[in-house]
Amino acid sequence: MTRLAGTVSLLALVAALGAGTALADTKDKKIALSNNYAGNSWRQAMLRSWDKVTKPAVEAGIVAAADPFTTAENQVTEQAAQIQNLVLQGYNAIVLNAASPDALNGAVKEACDAGVTVVSFDGIVTEPCAWRIAVDFKQMGKDEVLYLKDKIPAGGNVLEIRGLAGVFVDDEISKGIHEGVAENPQFKIVGSVHGDWDQAKAQAAVAGILPSLPDDIVAVVTQGGDGYGAAQAFKAAGRKMPTIIMGNRQDELAWWKEQKDANGYETMSVSIAPGVSTLAFWVAQQILDGKEVPKDLVVPFLRIDQGTLEKSLETTEKGGVANVEYSAEDAQKVVDAAKK
Amino acid sequence: MRLTARQLRTLLPALSLVVLLAAIFYLQPRAMSYVGFNLMLNLAIPIALATVAQMCVITVNDLDLSIGTYVGFVACVGATLLSGGMGALPVVKELQASGALPATLPWIMQTPLVGVVALVFGIAVYAALGALIHWRNLPSIVVTLGMSFVWLGLSVLILPVPGGQAPAFLRSLMTLKPAYIPFPIIAAIVIAILANLLLMHTSYGAVLRGAGGNPKAIERAGWSLLKVKMTMFALAGFFGMLAGLSLVGLTTSGDANIALRYTLLSIAGVILGGGEFVGGRISPVGAVIGAVTLTLAGSFLSFMRISPDWQIGAQGAILIIVLAARTLIDRAERRR
Repeated sequence: MTRLAGTVSLLALVAALGAGTALADTKDKKIALSNNYAGNSWRQAMLRSWDKVTKPAVEAGIVAAADPFTTAENQVTEQAAQIQNLVLQGYNAIVLNAASPDALNGAVKEACDAGVTVVSFDGIVTEPCAWRIAVDFKQMGKDEVLYLKDKIPAGGNVLEIRGLAGVFVDDEISKGIHEGVAENPQFKIVGSVHGDWDQAKAQAAVAGILPSLPDDIVAVVTQGGDGYGAAQAFKAAGRKMPTIIMGNRQDELAWWKEQKDANGYETMSVSIAPGVSTLAFWVAQQILDGKEVPKDLVVPFLRIDQGTLEKSLETTEKGGVANVEYSAEDAQKVVDAAKK
Repeated sequence: MRLTARQLRTLLPALSLVVLLAAIFYLQPRAMSYVGFNLMLNLAIPIALATVAQMCVITVNDLDLSIGTYVGFVACVGATLLSGGMGALPVVKELQASGALPATLPWIMQTPLVGVVALVFGIAVYAALGALIHWRNLPSIVVTLGMSFVWLGLSVLILPVPGGQAPAFLRSLMTLKPAYIPFPIIAAIVIAILANLLLMHTSYGAVLRGAGGNPKAIERAGWSLLKVKMTMFALAGFFGMLAGLSLVGLTTSGDANIALRYTLLSIAGVILGGGEFVGGRISPVGAVIGAVTLTLAGSFLSFMRISPDWQIGAQGAILIIVLAARTLIDRAERRR
């Protein structure tokens, strides 16, 4: 009898262990989000996404805790201290949106030395011991040209709207666009203005340059936050509406929908979803789970096409940005893609 | 034995530190360890040094609003010129990449001595500021506020985007792991003792403090007030330099905006440590304790899980509590 009981309990133990590994071995692990800034709609959406995904994950027992921390002053030394405090508080992993790519390396190294997993995203850090979920802005620019290549095989004149001068992101996206155009010489960039990722500024800039441009502009390549302004400028000038690439802002999507309903207007929209914080969360969870994860990962873009427009517009709040939260499976896909 | 009010006031900074430490250990027992002290206090070293620098200026009744950007400037110099000479400057690297400069630079472009020259230049500028403020009788707040933009501009010129690399000797110094006592504690004690010896236990130190308390008397006794101001500002530049170097040793790379908070933190540290804005009434040991207390207050609030929106306010509340305690003691002293 005792032997039977022993066997049964052993079996139960094995079953429990098996189930445990199948679900996750991270149920007693704590993950913290260290964020340097919360002052714009993108960051706010990022924090909301974090809450939305991590709360159920904690309730389901996948991890023990997933607490967000934001520094009040967006300062490097403040965030360095915050990271060190999180280490002391016993977090097993820190998901990090960093104030500086280099100046937090000391604190990140301390965390790694204390056995804490550090996963940086959006604002990434260069310290080799940390994981990086980077955005391939260059590819994003190139993708815009690739879309145009399929849509307008004949090519033509293109107007480029850039972002804020001197910012790394603006430089990268523009590089990608120019690379794409170099590979597809049927397109020609006839003008380039800075719209500062702002609809009003973009409208003024485009209205200013339009009179000097040829009549046959077939497309406008943008960086996000400027497509609606460009459309207004073209409309005011009485020009034929070109294909304007959008950037996932709600006003852009709403205008696109209106045009689509009125005259079957076609374009695409691409940007980075603030929900990338949740991708970082799942990556951190997988690392804690003992999975092999390459140190450099790339965020997938959030792309909206003709078919997915209505659904995206519905879920995007007024004045906001189209967002998507990632699941553990999405994270797995990103990891697998990086391994190749 | 009853403590006199004077003794109480000297003890107050240390007492606040002990109370804060006790609260931290209660909230987070893990902090009570070698690693814990290291993590909580290593960023206190540059703050303590910046606080001592600020204290030097406050001693002669002035205020330095440029210390934060100056520390950032030193950090940028430390991460570039001091580690690889002119060759480590982003501008020079770009020129090399475009072929305007040869791939292997001559000795003069590679020597870290350029960094030393830049740091000495910083201290000289501080001394000159002291002279300027005394000569033209200018308000120090205006002069140093202006200088804060100059330092920030210089930092951006040196390091347009965050980067660079801290010299190896600074890195290894700041990550020292001595046996038994964590390095930040040793460093804090050494800084406190040195500053205390310099200002409180030398005869010229008494003159320096006297220049804040009663400048007329010091002048009448035959001391040059100009020299005093220049000395104190140069000392501020020196300690500010140490702050920047220790900071870059901790962060491993520079950033022009790295230490903007230090301006206000250093002033708060001096006052928290028992110093006064006027009258040459200062306490070097207190200033170091004040800086450590401020750093720990950040950890404490973080352990308390106070929302970051409230943290700045809470930090202010801690300051007000300590200062209120001091006012009470002062009142008791006067009543006697």
